[in-house]
Amino acid sequence: MKYLEEFQNPELAAGLLADIRATVTRPWALMEVCGGQTHSIIRHAIDQLLPDEVELIHGPGCPVCVTPLEVIDRALAIAARPEVVFCSFGDMLRVPGTDRDLFRVRGEGGDVRVVYSPLDALRIARENPDREVVFFGIGFETTAPPNAMAVHVARKQGLRNFSMLVSHVRVPPAIEAIMNSPDCRVQGFLAAGHVCSVMGTDEYPALAERHRVPIVVTGFEPLDILEGIRRTVRQLERGEHTVDNAYPRAVRPEGNPAARAMLEDVFEVTDRAWRGIGVIPQSGWRLSPRYRDHDAEHRFDVSGITTREPAQCRSGEVLQGLLKPHECEAFGTTCTPRTPLGATMVSSEGACAAYYLYRRLGVPAAPQEASPVG
Amino acid sequence: MCLAVPGRVTEVSERDGTRMAVMDFGGVVKDVCLEYLPDLGVGEYAIVHVGFALQRLDEESARRTLQLFEELGLLQEEFGDPWEAAGAAEEAGR
Amino acid sequence: MADTETLTGADARAAAAPDLSGWSCPLPLRDHPRVVMGHGGGGAMSAELVENLFAPAFGGPALAGLGDSAVLDLGGARLAFSTDSYVVRPLFFPGGSIGDLAVNGTVNDLAMSGARPAYLSCGFILEEGVEMAVVDRVARALGAAARAAGVEVATGDTKVVESGHGDGIYLNTAGIGLVPAGVDIRPQRAAPGDVVIVSGAIGLHGVAIMSVREGLEFGVEIQSDCAPLGGLVEAMLAVTPDLHVLRDPTRGGLAAALNEIAAAAGVGVVISERAVPVPPQVANACAVLGLDPMYVANEGKLVAFVPRREADAVLDAMRAHPLGAGAAVIGECVTEHPGMVVARTGFGGTRVVDLPMGEQLPRIC
Repeated sequence: MKYLEEFQNPELAAGLLADIRATVTRPWALMEVCGGQTHSIIRHAIDQLLPDEVELIHGPGCPVCVTPLEVIDRALAIAARPEVVFCSFGDMLRVPGTDRDLFRVRGEGGDVRVVYSPLDALRIARENPDREVVFFGIGFETTAPPNAMAVHVARKQGLRNFSMLVSHVRVPPAIEAIMNSPDCRVQGFLAAGHVCSVMGTDEYPALAERHRVPIVVTGFEPLDILEGIRRTVRQLERGEHTVDNAYPRAVRPEGNPAARAMLEDVFEVTDRAWRGIGVIPQSGWRLSPRYRDHDAEHRFDVSGITTREPAQCRSGEVLQGLLKPHECEAFGTTCTPRTPLGATMVSSEGACAAYYLYRRLGVPAAPQEASPVG
Repeated sequence: MCLAVPGRVTEVSERDGTRMAVMDFGGVVKDVCLEYLPDLGVGEYAIVHVGFALQRLDEESARRTLQLFEELGLLQEEFGDPWEAAGAAEEAGR
Repeated sequence: MADTETLTGADARAAAAPDLSGWSCPLPLRDHPRVVMGHGGGGAMSAELVENLFAPAFGGPALAGLGDSAVLDLGGARLAFSTDSYVVRPLFFPGGSIGDLAVNGTVNDLAMSGARPAYLSCGFILEEGVEMAVVDRVARALGAAARAAGVEVATGDTKVVESGHGDGIYLNTAGIGLVPAGVDIRPQRAAPGDVVIVSGAIGLHGVAIMSVREGLEFGVEIQSDCAPLGGLVEAMLAVTPDLHVLRDPTRGGLAAALNEIAAAAGVGVVISERAVPVPPQVANACAVLGLDPMYVANEGKLVAFVPRREADAVLDAMRAHPLGAGAAVIGECVTEHPGMVVARTGFGGTRVVDLPMGEQLPRIC
């Protein structure tokens, strides 16, 4: 695929890695925010190529991992209703709720369908006027415009049997929360490239300045990630803390104005609980009042749900980079990919799932710990 | 959140009042919604996420980035390859 | 029977709740009081259903082998015996149909034991209301596939279930074939030093199916690779009877097959990602959907564990056969990390290729 494969070319990695090695003089801890970046790092084993001084902390940029337990339980309750066709991205099917997941609901007779695009859910609504079609609208700012369009079209076309269960999260408040955490070790961020394709970069300079961290907008292919790391390390070594765009082919400072306009119309900012982390103020989007008729939270009364996180699960600390997965008592014992306690073990880019694989091999999943800054 | 791939527009049309495109991803052909990039034309590239074109792919920028990577590679060839040396040392020690 | 498809309709309802008190290994089935799709996915959950429910209930020594087919001694002959059920939707897909799968799936299971497939049985479960023309089309495809594979359908059965309980047509085939003397091919025989060879490019069947699946539809010039492998296996056995393992990587793909073999033999497997042949359109379709070609189903490929001294000759014989033209060495068997499959990435790092949990699903993240 053009403009994809070229950025997977191992021959071009050598130069990037050599520059990183030549530049780095002391340990640095970097966080990549986006789950897609984590996936790519694990998939291509990029962290194994880095010099020991560069540590990658996997951030909470995985909507699977951070969708609140209450929302999962609400989704499960709605999906179990006989009149509902529950449409979801594949990522969410195995996420454990309090006592089951969407796969189990399907096994018990629920009509749960995996879709590639929210437009597929719209089509299902059109083709099944006698059913209530609910779309699980999760994701970061990248997925928000597609989800917004689906609701917008449903309202415009009077598709009364279509509604969305929304749980969107925003990256900048998450970075703020991570940096405000007292035990934060993160010294530089690889910002989520496709989030910035939509939102642009104007939300980041204030963060970089306030917390004195370099923020480098980074892509997803191996060479893009190495380049993002290279530029971040360079800034750190020079004592700089600016916003830099290392993914210019897909990111413009203004982002996508048409998408941003739609987000303004369809969503409003809200406080959002992040699973395992807690409430981060202003960190989410919900449907604006104009779209209340298509809001699954209002359409379905799903009261009476008791939400309970397994006591042993420490996903939140892992998500914030405060705990390495193998330091959790449940890791590899009561919590495995087959019997996950929390989302970081379920998700293919969850830090716990990644560590589980490498740990069995006996290969360190990350270079040696960066020594405390100071 | 972030899985998006670059595709090339082969056809543009209106469907139910929505601007749509047929896009080619290295031989894989899919319908994509163009409402967020309404002036994207045939032959142009865009990043596509869950069936939506979200941002133009700047081909010239892509070329420049790859060129930068190649130049870094040439530099390290000229001045020796610390990475390979380190890698060889690690292998020997394994 | 080493794999399992999800039962539906009357069969599922008739199943009584299992008595859990005598289970020696209750995890994690106790977490799933009902069958879920993952139990039919060919991955870890399927294996657990077989090992924790079916095998204790009715398994004997032959079942314990858990290979693709059972090799049985009967009246002085060594017979390979296998069965498989076909629940694929859609019934017709680029490059084939459920009829082709029903023949080639069982033929290949037999061939993976080194047997020459000879006879099949065929059971049809039809949904009331299915068009007769559809049944006819499937039956003709099945007949053509049997002739192409050199096997005869010797016996069969037909049942009709109430409308709404199936996807129109379910097929089961069982097959028998004779295993030549001196041939002992089963997963447990994988040994450190063995060379791992795949017979051609992977991912074609799974991508072909996905391309016509509701909600995913995409255009691609990919056809299923559904094909009978008996002739290819014969060509390989002509070089040496001492092939250690043969496996057709169907559901769960190459990853599932390699993991099952590594676990059965207690060996490690190391593969080189760059050596695994993946057609560009398979790679691109997987990139669009967020899938890994290693986990995508194949229906006309095999993976072989061959003693090192025979590897070159076997590879040549495979490449000389039409169904092995793209054969490639992809890795080797090692003593390290027993039971685990490790891949060296294109960048020189190492990643673990785990057994798939259930169905591989498209992802957005």
